[in-house]
Amino acid sequence: MRIGLAIPCFIDAFHPEVGIATLELLERLGQDVTYPLSQTCCGQPMANNGCNGDAAGAEALFVRNFAEFDAVVMPSASCVHHIRAHLDAIPETPAVRHVRDRTYELVEFLHDVLQVDAFPWARFPHRVGLHNGCGALRALRTASMSELGEPFFSKPKALLEKVSGIEFVVPERADECCGFGGTFSVSEDAVSARMGHDKVWRHFQAGASYVVSADSSCMMHQQGCAERAKLKLKFVHIAEILNGRGA
Amino acid sequence: MSPSSDKSRVDHAGGAELFLERAEHLAFHDRRLWELREKRDQQMHGIPEFQELRELASAIKEHTLAKLPEYLEMFERNALANGIHVHWAQDGEEHNRIVLDILRSRNARTVVKSKSMVTEECDMRPWLQARQVEVLETDVGEQIQQFDDEMPSHIVVPAVHKLVRDVAKTFSQAYGTDDGERDVTQLVAAQRRGTRPVILRADAGMTGANFLVAETGAVVVCTNEGNADLSANVPALHIVSTGIEKLVPRAADLAVFIRLLSRSALGSPITQYTTQFRGPRDGGEMHVILVDNGRATRLGMVDFWRSLKCIRCGACMNTCPVYRRSGGLSYGGVYAGPIGAIIQPTFDPDKFSALPFASTLNGSCTNVCPVKIDIHDQLYKWRRIIAEKHYLPFVKREALRMAGRLMARPKLFRAAMKGGNAVLKGLPRFAIYNWLNPWGRHREVPAPPVETFHDWYLRNRKPQTRDRGQPDKGQPDQGDRR
Amino acid sequence: MSAREAILAALKVNRPAGDFPLPDVPSFEEAYREPSKLFPERLALMGGTMAALQPGEDWAGLVRRLYPDVRLVCSTVPEVEGTCRITDFATPQEAQYVELGIVRAAFGVAETGSVCLTEAQLGMNAFPHLCEHLLVLLDPAQVLPNIHSAYRRPEIARARYAVLHSGPSATADIQGVMVRGAQGVRSLTVIYV
Repeated sequence: MRIGLAIPCFIDAFHPEVGIATLELLERLGQDVTYPLSQTCCGQPMANNGCNGDAAGAEALFVRNFAEFDAVVMPSASCVHHIRAHLDAIPETPAVRHVRDRTYELVEFLHDVLQVDAFPWARFPHRVGLHNGCGALRALRTASMSELGEPFFSKPKALLEKVSGIEFVVPERADECCGFGGTFSVSEDAVSARMGHDKVWRHFQAGASYVVSADSSCMMHQQGCAERAKLKLKFVHIAEILNGRGA
Repeated sequence: MSPSSDKSRVDHAGGAELFLERAEHLAFHDRRLWELREKRDQQMHGIPEFQELRELASAIKEHTLAKLPEYLEMFERNALANGIHVHWAQDGEEHNRIVLDILRSRNARTVVKSKSMVTEECDMRPWLQARQVEVLETDVGEQIQQFDDEMPSHIVVPAVHKLVRDVAKTFSQAYGTDDGERDVTQLVAAQRRGTRPVILRADAGMTGANFLVAETGAVVVCTNEGNADLSANVPALHIVSTGIEKLVPRAADLAVFIRLLSRSALGSPITQYTTQFRGPRDGGEMHVILVDNGRATRLGMVDFWRSLKCIRCGACMNTCPVYRRSGGLSYGGVYAGPIGAIIQPTFDPDKFSALPFASTLNGSCTNVCPVKIDIHDQLYKWRRIIAEKHYLPFVKREALRMAGRLMARPKLFRAAMKGGNAVLKGLPRFAIYNWLNPWGRHREVPAPPVETFHDWYLRNRKPQTRDRGQPDKGQPDQGDRR
Repeated sequence: MSAREAILAALKVNRPAGDFPLPDVPSFEEAYREPSKLFPERLALMGGTMAALQPGEDWAGLVRRLYPDVRLVCSTVPEVEGTCRITDFATPQEAQYVELGIVRAAFGVAETGSVCLTEAQLGMNAFPHLCEHLLVLLDPAQVLPNIHSAYRRPEIARARYAVLHSGPSATADIQGVMVRGAQGVRSLTVIYV
């Protein structure tokens, strides 16, 4: 299986360590991973604002970059959701269909496709609050949703439980949105920041030293809030823990 | 001030910011509505068939809407046979005229009413008051809002954005109670004492309708305080204002909705009063006004007609993290929160163009909706329409267009990244954190890393792919499979 | 074209395309095995209370015990003689001073702790809402499992006015504080008889 690694634009720019951890982790698991150099963005920021026409160029470029791979793996749930559920600014050719059907978010890929049952190199002896971004939770269904009263399951937790030393704490309002929401974080910055502050405060009150998530965009926002509030809370992407950071 | 007369674009973000500054109000508002969400969850856990009920409710409503003209005619037939007068109004103005005609023909000058969102849409109260008809809202929350000349901020708990001290101030002016009163029981008692005499001497009572049952010609009203049952039964004239979408086919269908409504709205198994009006009372007269006001048009909108399933429970508002922190008034219209964001643009897409963007698209609203409206999907679709109709703010529109061009051209994108990061690194704090940079007003800006992932990859791995930055010569620019 | 014609015409033109069958609604009654046992619990959750005649106590005694300060009692049931009958009042305004109303419910609903009152039991629709207190006689054999059962009853199908009264009036509209006794009755008490 040839995997194309898609790195969201904000990870490329602000959190390269997440991309590095994702790549190294997949390589550690024996996967053939390629990073197409001419990738930029999946088109989500434009599409989420209704400017579908403006997303077409980015979407076409995404498909050109990734059509040749058997699977596309991306450490961002909202981007993956956009590719699977939308990506309709361009006509649906077989190549487009192929990419839409074979794009996975990292946690889903590790849990459902590779079905990894151990991370022997990984150790994270800390108390962590697990944050499931709303794209991961409600769009990609990587964990059970409180509104539906469904039996508990959590793919990210199932993976993290295999990391030695890790201890979970659960904040109040565990699946309330943290308020990032893409450009919402800027166009409704006051509400967004209030939501972010409330979220990090709840993690802190639950006793977390780290907040871990599969979504860097949420964490960028939460980290900004935590630092402004001078809360002693650190943020780490799930890829980094699973790849052995802190071991 | 009546919102319908103000045509300027609603600034949700600005309204929200004002709300956020009032720390005590914000804290209560957020906590109280989340508590209602939690109580709803508790009810859900107590009923194993809860998700099945939601599915039934959704299917019943979709069926009814698909056959709405037939069910309306059935309702009318049966209501008329029960001795109820039935009227039809295409818009708010027509509705108000019909109400006035009924009142004038019976020499009715004073009206007591219980909650009806349709009458808010029609802006009825000020219209009637301008024509020498006295109208008193009898529902505690609605009455507070009437006295304060504000719209209800939540469709179930209209004054949830207020604290006791605000209500005490309002009642001290209306009822002469002590404005230092903080005992809620005393304030409720004052409202009862002050409202009862008005009900007893009113010429007419108006209610809304939660449901209309087609096969029996009945109107069903779900309330908690008793004011609807008083307003409808004490005066000899009862007028019901209702949207045309409130129909359900059979009494058996009604049961599904009664079991879901209060559980979704307040986390209680049922409202204190679940009332059927299927004919005038002895010595009385009953009228039903069926109001369109844009609903028939909305039925024809392929992406948005399912919003007509709404049973006005407010569960979406309670769960919405944005609504809880911005307050209903920041939405600037009759309906607020998630349901407001998909309904209000049908009244005026320009005025309410900001509402579908007052959302993180997190999807919690869709999950709690008892009739399974795909709210967050409709929010996404509204954004497209608003962008296409050019209702987006100019700066945002241009920024997204530029972003789109940049993202289509890898070389340009890389250059911009390099430039951006370099600039960011070199700027002093005051330059980053100022009013021009919304991110930095309440958050720290992420520190730019030493190198991007792209650069790291170039340094640490052997790049293997062909450059797909440009479509190959002679090939269409659409990513064909090789 | 009248408003009626215009609205119906628009609805026909705008009808959503596709098949939307009306589902069958199950009764969901299996979960409610002993309705008359569950009813008091649910009634209490809604703010109502159960009462019973004590050994040796007559109805007058019960009324005195439960409502020591009440003087104007209007009973619509043969078991209890109040101080007035509903037929004494020609209009709701005349009935406004009644402090305690005594009625018999058509049936009860276990799921929600509701009692069903219709004009057949009430005599005057506004009556149970004008009183301060309501005492409801309910045959325990007439406590139904759930709301689905309630809407199959002929009393509802026949009634021009029917209320499923679930506990006393209430409001939590002022800073979320629950107050029992808003604008309708302040208390609602049920007796199995």
